[in-house]
Amino acid sequence: MNNVAADIIAIIAKRVPPEKRNLAPTDRLDELGIDSFNAVEMIFDLEEKFDIQIPYNSNDVRPEFQTVGDVIAAITKLIGSHP
Amino acid sequence: MTHRVVVTGWGVVSSIGRTAASYWESLKDGVCGIAEATLIPADQLNQKVVAEVKNFDPRAHFDDRQVAMLDRVAQFAVVAAREAVAHAGISFGDGLSEKTATIIGTGVGGQNTQDDNYKRLYGEGAKRLHPLTIPKLMVNAPASQVSMHCGLRGPAFAVASACASGTHAIGLAFQQVRSGAVPCAVTGGADACITFGTMKGWEAMRVTAPDTCRPFSRDRKGLVIGEGAAAVVLESLEHAQARGARILGEIIGFGMSSDAGDLTSPDEGGMVRAIEDALADARLAPSDVQYVNAHGTGTAANDEVETSALKRAFGRHSQQLVISSNKSMLGHALGAAGALELVATLMSMQEAIVPPTVNYLGPDPKCDLDCVPNAARPMQMDTALSNSFAFGGLNAVLALRRSV
Repeated sequence: MNNVAADIIAIIAKRVPPEKRNLAPTDRLDELGIDSFNAVEMIFDLEEKFDIQIPYNSNDVRPEFQTVGDVIAAITKLIGSHP
Repeated sequence: MTHRVVVTGWGVVSSIGRTAASYWESLKDGVCGIAEATLIPADQLNQKVVAEVKNFDPRAHFDDRQVAMLDRVAQFAVVAAREAVAHAGISFGDGLSEKTATIIGTGVGGQNTQDDNYKRLYGEGAKRLHPLTIPKLMVNAPASQVSMHCGLRGPAFAVASACASGTHAIGLAFQQVRSGAVPCAVTGGADACITFGTMKGWEAMRVTAPDTCRPFSRDRKGLVIGEGAAAVVLESLEHAQARGARILGEIIGFGMSSDAGDLTSPDEGGMVRAIEDALADARLAPSDVQYVNAHGTGTAANDEVETSALKRAFGRHSQQLVISSNKSMLGHALGAAGALELVATLMSMQEAIVPPTVNYLGPDPKCDLDCVPNAARPMQMDTALSNSFAFGGLNAVLALRRSV
């Protein structure tokens, strides 16, 4: 795992109960107990960490954000396109 | 001895009309007050649309000295309250001033003053702030200014319950008049927090819509922040009749509840308890109610949960119930919302027209009650509810009757 992925996983893990913190890319955010408020805070942490803007609206159904791996992929892409 | 409580005057400052009369014209015509922000730099916001009170000139209402003392939120509150008092044709002489309550709901208070001064202090390195900073930003300033400008010397205070502030304020004023504690009250709600700092806060919550407000519609994208004020004059029926006042409608019940659960997610149980409490307080059966002015924020969660709550509270009668959301036109005017919606509901009953839920794209199976999409509907209504459900899990519902 590269450093970016490790940083993203550490940020996601902050929102997860201690016993579930051994995260795998296939883990679903909702099954990890990340509700909408936690998701919004997680996105704020990711934006602050990587100085990026993540388009996210709680009212949308966003299938690309269902799993830990989805978050890693989306953030990696955003960082890549960041000047 | 309890008293029947009637509404004898109303006043409105809104994004679709700066008087009660123009407000009603816009409501029934389905005019949407939502547009790109002009009060703040829209280019620095992800969500650029708001529902501003357009072309509001404080100098049309106040002299220079008064303007300096009033945050925009208090200006709105005073303008609405003055209109309501004039509409009621009431004067507060012969000891009535000391027996008239002033209860004004506000979500956040003088946010323009707060924002401007923090910008000066932290952003521009100012060494001092204006001496009226504190009395302008305090959350009770709208209530205090209404009492001062209208000369009301009875019980006066602010009510703060975020998006339900206006409804809680009016509900408490209703209880004051019903109990006989006072014969008269000036009450309502106001908010004016379309400031850069506040809007960045809303942006961070990820609940605001990028396009517009579409309550109960498929593809709704969230709420849109609005602003404004509405005020009503409440009197006991005896007091109103004794002075020959025109009666605009009656408040017959008030229900409140708290979710004691999630800070921001709506809770069906809390909503149901407030609705049932209002029905019980008004001694109404669910089947007595024809219309509900819904909270209807346009978020995915609120509209779905409010629909479920209405179905649970009204049972099979929910299929006959007509609902609509004024927020589709007004945005969410926060502490003013409940007051604007109470006035809208009373007007709707008086005029026998339900204003539409505009910006509706098509049905969402989870929001399957009749929400009067896109076009106003003629309808006789004798009894209605007005719902408000706030962040923090604070719920308030008013029950209304058309005529005495």
